[in-house]
Amino acid sequence: MRFVHATGLAIGVSALLVVTAFAHVDLSGGWAQRFHEDLPERGAGPDIGDYLGLPINDAARLRADSWDAAKWTMPERQCEPHPADYGPRGPASMRISSTVDPVSQDVISWHTTLMWMLPHRTIYMDGRPRPSAYAQHTWQGFSTGEWEGDMLKVTTTHLKEGWLRRNGVPRSEKATLIEYFIRHGNYLTLVTVVKDPVYLTEAFVRTSNWVADPGFQLSPFSCIPTVEIERARDEIPHHLPGTNPYLTRTGGTAR
Amino acid sequence: MPWRHLIGSLIACVLSAGSVLLRAQGDLHMLPVQGNVFLLASPAGNTTVQVGPEGPLLVDTQRAAMSARVLELVATLSPRPIRHIVLTSGGEQQAGGAASLAKAGRYIRVIDSIDPRGIDARSSIIAHINVLNRMTVAKVASESWPTDTYFVAEWSLFSNGEAVQLFHVPAAHSDGDTIVFFRRSDVVSTGAIFDAAAYPRFDPTRGGGIEGIIEGLNRVLDIAVSGAHQEGGTVVIPGRGRLSDETDVANYRDMVTIVRDRVRALAAKGLSLEEVRRAKPTSDYDGLYGAAADWTSDMFVEAIYRDVSRSGK
Repeated sequence: MRFVHATGLAIGVSALLVVTAFAHVDLSGGWAQRFHEDLPERGAGPDIGDYLGLPINDAARLRADSWDAAKWTMPERQCEPHPADYGPRGPASMRISSTVDPVSQDVISWHTTLMWMLPHRTIYMDGRPRPSAYAQHTWQGFSTGEWEGDMLKVTTTHLKEGWLRRNGVPRSEKATLIEYFIRHGNYLTLVTVVKDPVYLTEAFVRTSNWVADPGFQLSPFSCIPTVEIERARDEIPHHLPGTNPYLTRTGGTAR
Repeated sequence: MPWRHLIGSLIACVLSAGSVLLRAQGDLHMLPVQGNVFLLASPAGNTTVQVGPEGPLLVDTQRAAMSARVLELVATLSPRPIRHIVLTSGGEQQAGGAASLAKAGRYIRVIDSIDPRGIDARSSIIAHINVLNRMTVAKVASESWPTDTYFVAEWSLFSNGEAVQLFHVPAAHSDGDTIVFFRRSDVVSTGAIFDAAAYPRFDPTRGGGIEGIIEGLNRVLDIAVSGAHQEGGTVVIPGRGRLSDETDVANYRDMVTIVRDRVRALAAKGLSLEEVRRAKPTSDYDGLYGAAADWTSDMFVEAIYRDVSRSGK
């Protein structure tokens, strides 16, 4: 009887240890993007002035109403990559890898690289502090991760100003990005939560999906800007309030 | 009895003011930037420190009350005395500590080696000549005056193993603005034309103007080159606020230009200043740049309105 109790206890402890050890899901490998969710917005792209479903404030609406796609013709804009929160929405088949501590065998950082312009992120798992408020902001920001059950929760700050939708809706550099990487066998779901005190009235939540693709290979991507349109030195593509002609077809405050 | 309360209150006020001052002095952060360059950042503004075997070169000084703390932090970067101080303009944040920092520094001139007085016991203070002219007119103490001035569009010196280029930006924050480019370190100090935490300040009474601000920002963009995928590359140290790069300056340049265009269009329609203010031409940027109590969005709009109305541009 005593033997039965001891065996049961040993099995229970072993099971607990196994559960603890495997609570950290392996995310590494190649992942092929699935584009079915929000396809019109992510494929052909949203109409100018279409802000449906975005919890934006008046400041964001004015900036988006003033936005002109000709911005991307400026040399200093031509090679801008997608920021960390928008990257998964674009062409974003992905490679995930990890760095492992050789002694403890713990994953001390995860790395993601997306297809479009090869933006590379490092997600630190070693509990390091965030950089100074005076440090640079980058397109991919500064990311730290922690496991919540089987989900990898990632918190990113120090983001450079980006966009929520591909029609000029801004996301400020003061935003915080919270993400959850959730693996279900060969499927990977990423839940992103953007909190922006400047342009959002509440947290903005989206999901994106991938399928495991063991044969996935990233391609090189280079970009050298050039002068596409000669402009006066103090000329910036934008529309004065109430004058954006493209808003009349689809929406926006000028309609 | 009441007078004892009064004295007690006075003492408490003095101690409180002292503790505030100490906190302000202590609120200076040091960050490595790139190459030989470091940043000393305070809520009031930034000081750039370039170090090397010849002795530190500083760009802007912080306010005079911060000098002891600046010297303390610079001493952790280099055992040598401060050799050069470059002033990007002549305001309190840029030049307030010039006298005290220069006094603690040393710059050996050729003439000093044959001069019986020996070496100059101070750092050299470098600025555009308009900074000196305005300090002279304003009767600023001569210890703060630039000792070495330039009056052409560009000037340069070699310091701590790299070329340091100075670019004059006429009529921007003032008429004496200098952009400083550390060529080997690939770092640009912009001075007050780029304030990452607020709308740019310009003072027409000191020769400043909105067109000059925009031209100055474009000049920084001429110099700055981003790394692969628009990350890295030239680091830009603004007059105030966090470290930046080409994209950050482009974002700021766009904001300033767009607000200028909006105010100019409203003024061209004949709207009064009050009507232009009510149109809120900065409302989409106030969450980013409108928090400064001493330079509000209304003050920025008024400065642009008066500038474009005066110049007719």
